[in-house]
Amino acid sequence: MEITLQAVLAQVMLGLNNGVFYALLSLGLAVIFGLLNIVNFAHGALYMLGAFVALLGYSYLGPLIGMPDFQMNYWAALVVVPLVVGGLGILLERTLLRRLYKVDHLYGLLLTFGVALIIQGFFTNYFNVSGTPYDAKPEILNGVVNLGFMVFPKYRLWAIVVSLAVCFGTWFVIERTKLGAYLRAGTENPDLVRAFGINVPLMVTLTYGYGVALAAFAGVVAAPIYSVSPVMGAEMIIVVFAVVVIGGMGSIMGAIVSGLLLGMVEGLTKVVYPPASGTVIFLIMVLVLLVKPAGLFGREN
Amino acid sequence: MNRYIWLILFALGLAAPFAVYPVFLMKLLCFGLFACTFNLLLGYAGLLSFGHAAFFGGAAYVTGYLVKNSGLTPELGVLAGTLCAGILGFVFGSLAIRRQGIYFAMITLALAQIVYFVALKAPFTGGEDGLQDIPRGMLFGVIDLGKVYAVGGKSLELNLYYFVFAVFCLGFWLICRTINSPFGQVLKAIRENEPRAVSLGYRVERFKLMAFVISAALAGTAGATKALVFQLASLTDANWHTSGEVVLMTLLGGLGTILGPLVGAFTVVTLHSELSSAGSWVTVIIGFTFVVCVLLFRRGVVGELARLLKKSL
Repeated sequence: MEITLQAVLAQVMLGLNNGVFYALLSLGLAVIFGLLNIVNFAHGALYMLGAFVALLGYSYLGPLIGMPDFQMNYWAALVVVPLVVGGLGILLERTLLRRLYKVDHLYGLLLTFGVALIIQGFFTNYFNVSGTPYDAKPEILNGVVNLGFMVFPKYRLWAIVVSLAVCFGTWFVIERTKLGAYLRAGTENPDLVRAFGINVPLMVTLTYGYGVALAAFAGVVAAPIYSVSPVMGAEMIIVVFAVVVIGGMGSIMGAIVSGLLLGMVEGLTKVVYPPASGTVIFLIMVLVLLVKPAGLFGREN
Repeated sequence: MNRYIWLILFALGLAAPFAVYPVFLMKLLCFGLFACTFNLLLGYAGLLSFGHAAFFGGAAYVTGYLVKNSGLTPELGVLAGTLCAGILGFVFGSLAIRRQGIYFAMITLALAQIVYFVALKAPFTGGEDGLQDIPRGMLFGVIDLGKVYAVGGKSLELNLYYFVFAVFCLGFWLICRTINSPFGQVLKAIRENEPRAVSLGYRVERFKLMAFVISAALAGTAGATKALVFQLASLTDANWHTSGEVVLMTLLGGLGTILGPLVGAFTVVTLHSELSSAGSWVTVIIGFTFVVCVLLFRRGVVGELARLLKKSL
């Protein structure tokens, strides 16, 4: 098989497209883990939920509320869905996760695993596993753009740009603003921060809500690209776990960069040796564990 | 625990196939052993492996393939499956113990996914269909495990049942021995306070790895036996769902108790067969059980019972 530069670049761009979703999800996991010390196993399910809420709002909400012509359009979904799902996350934190802060962190993982099963099982009942298309892609994002070296679908380019913007926006807020400083301080020593009069429990709740909203946002952006399926989150979360092990959950930038890089590596593998593209990230994880067990950007504590 | 209780349980195990459908019983035994191996890791060494299905399913495929294509006798087939799972456990364990706590769970999950991909894509595993029509074969080349006895109007696979029961008893005994040995005591010490175990001069990495290998190998035994019982090695066996369910079995029954995983496995397997018509609502129910267990019932059935009786079960 001949490998052309064209094919390589095309796959790198498509890989980058997957990479931004890895980045959004591992960023959310890292933010949540930093403050709550919980690995949110439900993250994949919440990403799937984001895509489904967008789909429901577009195709099913209208008839349900007696306005058959009503369709929640894509731009609205981009804002509304993260709010709705993030709200659900806040509810989840307030009612369930909150009870587990004093016990072993493993229980947080197990609880969110249960939540993931509930969400996934629920949607599997009503929707086909093979996927439902989400046709709300706005007119302006149809078609292709010529990037010089290749012709690239406009929507995928938009997905990359908007996801990167959200990732780096989050990084900026956490690393460069006062709010972020509170958050980082809370990560280091919640009791001390509380003693300064900062409402740490509220901060924890909002952080979880934000992490979940990021996952839902990724779900909405991904919905027009992949078909919306109840298992889309389960496949995603395991890859994202590997990404997080590779990058280390210690740093926000680490989560973003490793997500993007691994997406591209996965894309490249599709050109070089397609059968391995499903496992290459796991194999890289093995290599990283052998060479630098703490992860590329991690600190071992 | 009391010697008489063990004898009663053993006698119950011997008599059970005359009262309950043997294939169902064998499923209970296989998953029971599987849950016990998982409990050895999480309950006694404090290591949460979220990829145990890799050993269970991996061994099922190895045994299925060898018995079907190389004409291996069933006991050698199970042995081969166990061995492969042990080797796999050594590789996965060596990698996963390089990180601790929550990372350990994520690494084992990701590694198990490689096994799943191999089972899905490799040319010899039958892809989506899995390995079907695995022969039950002749035990030691003499005893026909497929033989069906007609007892009181029912047809019972007694040879196979007693083979599975023997494998289960052997595996269960090995796990009990491990837990009650000095080795097991060190594992508990590591679980309770790893830095202290290190300061006492124990090389905790070795102990963890050893526990991981034993657990993986015996999980392989359970999977290999399951492949013979159902004559099938399928993707479900190696799926992350299965890894999650073995966690639930152990948690529900009681983490770190000898009998807990058995109780948990029996409950979950029964739940599955009772609710087989409910489709994917089963997943929802399993999820709810998880949430309830974690929030309200962290000791599990046997753990709560032991607390009430003030005894170690």
